[in-house]
Amino acid sequence: MDLLVPILAAAVRSGTPILYATLGEIITEKSGVMNLGIEGVMLVGALTGFGVTYHSASPWLGLAVAFGVGAALCAIHAFLCVTLGVNQVVCGLALTMFGTGASSLVGRSLVGETIEGMRAFPLPGLSEIPLLGPVLFNQDAMVYLSFGLVFLLWFFLLHTRPGLKLRAVGESPIAAAAAGISVPTVRWMATLFGGGLAALGGAYLSVVNSHMWVEQMTSGRGWIAVALVIFGIWHPLRSALGAYLFGGVGALQLRVQAAGTSIPAPLLLMLPYVLTVVVLTGISIRKGKGILLGAPAALGLPFHREDRD
Amino acid sequence: MTTASPLVDLRGITKTFLGVAANDSVDFDVRAGEVHALLGENGAGKSTLMNVLCGLYRPDEGRIFLSGEEVHFRTPRDAIAAGIDMVHQHFMLIPVQTVWENMILGQEDFGFILSKSAICRRIDELAGQYGLHVDPEAPVWQLSIGEQQRVAILRMLFREARVLVLDEPTAVLTPQEARQLFSTLRRMREEGHGVIFISHKLDEVAEISDRVTILRKGRKVGTVKTSGVGPEELAEMMIGSRVVPAVNKRAGGAGEAVFQARNISVLNDKDLQALHGLSLELRRGEILGLAGVDGNGQTELCEALVGLRPLVEGSLAFDGREMTGAPVRDFLSRDVRYIPADRRGTGLVPTMNLRENYALRHYWRDAFRKGPFMNWEAIAGQTGRIVERFDVVTPSLGVPVRMLSGGNLQKLMLARELDGDPRVVIAMQPTWGLDVGATAFVRERLLDVREKGAAILLVSEDLEELLALSDRLAVIHKGRIMGLLDDPRLATEEMLGLMMAGKPLASFGEGA
Repeated sequence: MDLLVPILAAAVRSGTPILYATLGEIITEKSGVMNLGIEGVMLVGALTGFGVTYHSASPWLGLAVAFGVGAALCAIHAFLCVTLGVNQVVCGLALTMFGTGASSLVGRSLVGETIEGMRAFPLPGLSEIPLLGPVLFNQDAMVYLSFGLVFLLWFFLLHTRPGLKLRAVGESPIAAAAAGISVPTVRWMATLFGGGLAALGGAYLSVVNSHMWVEQMTSGRGWIAVALVIFGIWHPLRSALGAYLFGGVGALQLRVQAAGTSIPAPLLLMLPYVLTVVVLTGISIRKGKGILLGAPAALGLPFHREDRD
Repeated sequence: MTTASPLVDLRGITKTFLGVAANDSVDFDVRAGEVHALLGENGAGKSTLMNVLCGLYRPDEGRIFLSGEEVHFRTPRDAIAAGIDMVHQHFMLIPVQTVWENMILGQEDFGFILSKSAICRRIDELAGQYGLHVDPEAPVWQLSIGEQQRVAILRMLFREARVLVLDEPTAVLTPQEARQLFSTLRRMREEGHGVIFISHKLDEVAEISDRVTILRKGRKVGTVKTSGVGPEELAEMMIGSRVVPAVNKRAGGAGEAVFQARNISVLNDKDLQALHGLSLELRRGEILGLAGVDGNGQTELCEALVGLRPLVEGSLAFDGREMTGAPVRDFLSRDVRYIPADRRGTGLVPTMNLRENYALRHYWRDAFRKGPFMNWEAIAGQTGRIVERFDVVTPSLGVPVRMLSGGNLQKLMLARELDGDPRVVIAMQPTWGLDVGATAFVRERLLDVREKGAAILLVSEDLEELLALSDRLAVIHKGRIMGLLDDPRLATEEMLGLMMAGKPLASFGEGA
């Protein structure tokens, strides 16, 4: 118990940035747009959140601006992929490279600085519940927000009219267009929203978790988010479980290292990525069996209403 | 009929794609309480005109009037709001979503949070009124094609459309299902809707429509009262004064069985079973026709027969030699040829040129290489020869084949597959989408190779074609053979229709 609670609590904390990015990518992909720029957008978000908080001393302002900048960055992706119909994979990779480089360049002067950031905020009453209390409700406000977001997006996708529209566009854009839905508008909005959430995930790392800016501090979490979308079969609840599982592996790895084991550190650092490979392999085997129903059928395909085939 | 303005009046619609006019100043109107047929061959511009009416395409020129007032549809939403709706050939339904979700797609008046029970109740009401029964909570992909069409039709009524467009609605139905559809259409006419019925089948147009407008090569030929014209007249308006060559079927001595499939079962792309222990044999110098509604396992069968799709059960034999599980190249090298239905996918590579497309089937042969390199001169020589022999119209051998028209594309594929000495030909929908001239050409070539002793499997949705060409005729339904007729001339359309709907041939004897 003494060991379990801190590990689980850490799992939730380190899973949260991945969760934000994953939820954003689910919404984007459900509209049929694949955004592989998540990693770069997270980095830009981390830098923006840190920089704004550093200058304004307001972590909330930092997070909010990060969301906006993330959405603005993904407007490039939306313009190129939705409006012009370029290859989404190439564009996403370019966005990641751009975000990595730009954040390193702009963030030079902030390296080594620290901020007050955001602190844990135990929810009165709920945090007293044994086991669940300290794990789930002795966290910071952004973690609570992410809980709400998971359920909100799940409800949005399955039970609301705009959610139905979003899914229709990702499944069959031509059918959606014939039903009077503006495919480009839906895809633009989904891409911007997804980019905002990814940047928020990045900002969580710098503003809430570490209180500092380090070059390339996301270290692949954006890619894990992309993998988690598939892991959760495009479902917010399943993806949340995945995010915490990956967070847990990361947290466990830190503890094992701290406990002074003879296992070499790089091997432990590999754990989350090895898990990614294992999970993706498992999923593609299942895909071969035809069970993968959550994947949007038109994912990655550009759409022009007047194309003839 | 009223003297008031028509419900919809299209005037001078012109729409071009890449400089080719799909519609050239076409006029068209529909009145309340009539079925107006739009008749024309494939590629005559029927669907394009209707896509303009429904706001999916924007016309280059022309005006649209609704009950006498000019309107501009910028998107399908505008058209739907104005009461114009369409059932497209491919229905435009979203397979993974349920019937009720598909119904309200794009509809704005259902609030932010969806109330399933209220929506389902309305669907049931409407379904009862028009006799179009569907389960609102079933996911669309689980429905049969006929049921999906019912959903698409119901959706138009659900959206309170006044002008209903149906694009080739009978193409996917059995004759019995088509009759049911026609009674629904008559019901709509009685309710005062304007129905536009798109078709290239003369008998259907004659049966259901009040007026008919004929399109040919993007131009309007005329609008006539259906009761005032005969089928010959309509046919001539549709295809022009060209003479339709009759199929000249020569006697062929059916020979020994060369290709056998025994109890084969295969899976489709969704890993569901597509064929259930199906057996058939192809004989030398004979065409075996295979009738059936599209999507009953025909594609999977063809792919299995040429080694493209693995067998779950059963075996294939060619010339008494076991071919089960053999690589595709073994089938090719024994002159088993395949003419797939999707010419631009499985058949040819659209962005590659004629030479390259020819080489794709032959590149490994010694005649076409110079050491490790391709011998493009030899390939060009052969390509030129078959292009000439099959009369493929192309600017040169170096243009990407996507630049060719549908008919020339099909001729090119036929030229490649029927060249030399084919032993077995698996032909799927070889005349689909072709004009009358190209259709006759393709049929003649198939008869040529039959005469030379090839064993042919002809899969088609066109019963007339099957009856004209086949020596024997089988009917497929849900991956099983419903019956095999040794003399197709004895089959009635009624009987074939019932077999296509799943009634085995064996059950007829007792009943009749």
